[in-house]
Amino acid sequence: MEHNPVSSEVTFVHHVSDADFKKKVRKTTILLSVITVIELAIGLIIYNMHKGEHPSEFLITLFKGVVCILTLAKAFYIVSVFMHLGDELRNMIMTIVVPLLLFVWFIGAFLWDGGSYRNLRNSYDPHHVERTAPSKDAHKAAGHHTEAQKPGVAN
Amino acid sequence: MEQTVNTERKWWGGGRSPFNLEYGKLMMWYFLMSDAFTFGAFLISYGTVRLSSNSWPDPNAVFNSFPFMGHANLPLAFVSLMTFILIISSVTMVLAVHEGHKMNKAGVIKWLAWTIIGGLAFLGCQAWEWTHLYHQNAWWGSNPFMNIDGSVSSTNFTNFFFTITGFHGFHVFSGVIINIIMLIMTWKGVFDNRGHYLMIEKAGLYWHFVDLVWVFVFLAFYLI
Repeated sequence: MEHNPVSSEVTFVHHVSDADFKKKVRKTTILLSVITVIELAIGLIIYNMHKGEHPSEFLITLFKGVVCILTLAKAFYIVSVFMHLGDELRNMIMTIVVPLLLFVWFIGAFLWDGGSYRNLRNSYDPHHVERTAPSKDAHKAAGHHTEAQKPGVAN
Repeated sequence: MEQTVNTERKWWGGGRSPFNLEYGKLMMWYFLMSDAFTFGAFLISYGTVRLSSNSWPDPNAVFNSFPFMGHANLPLAFVSLMTFILIISSVTMVLAVHEGHKMNKAGVIKWLAWTIIGGLAFLGCQAWEWTHLYHQNAWWGSNPFMNIDGSVSSTNFTNFFFTITGFHGFHVFSGVIINIIMLIMTWKGVFDNRGHYLMIEKAGLYWHFVDLVWVFVFLAFYLI
């Protein structure tokens, strides 16, 4: 085992050959690109569904869920291959990954909270419901920036 | 890979680093973990506010322009370009770190230079996008876009967009500065004299993290 010039307390284990490494990097690059292209395709599908007459809420949510899972896959490959976390000792990986599990609670709790606030306001705040209702002449595609339109009031 | 309780290797018995990592690199990992929570807090608060709203602008209707293409409707096109620029610059950084392992100074300089060019290209794209939106009257506190259901949108959309992409852009900018410093240090032979290129690895971790965050920003603002 070669000794690291930094300190004798750290030992590198590099048993990956140059060709193997290049192959792994190429494979990961192609994988990330393909996943991104799939995500873009789904994004365009969602865009076209919104343009349709009656977009199916269920299908749109499903597609969005698929995109979220694909993003997590991309994140996994970036961290494990590009950042070499997959090559570290297991204990080291755990000190990084285990604290990040807080995100499971973090995301779940706060998104739930947002949805709950929306329901409460729609149930008990008639003024809010009136203010956020679509105007009658505005069933054309959203996103047209109407210059005369005053920027909305912050909630 | 359970090497911790091995009679030959007592990782925690003193005399060796329990994580087999150099101090600075370990601290970079912990810094990146804390930075992940900062970005996470931003993106989750965006999600909370978006879910508490009855409707939200359609990203495909907002981000549909491309430089020199006039008013052509090209949803997702420009942000795809930005995403690919960042992925490719991440790959060139991997190659720079790899050349560093082999103590190949010329290789490190070559790939680091490409990484810097990629970072600058990304920043240029973001500057164009921000300028374009600004001219459409979108800024902090000003939202010209309608909600997807045709109702009037609040300024939450633009506030979150500019804050979060701005915070990410600032990370890209500091990453480019760090990479330029690394390039100069490599050029002057600092790492050759030191006997290792560990600084390139630490700069590389930061750069990959910037790419990682973009993956989530891309998801939150452009795709869903």
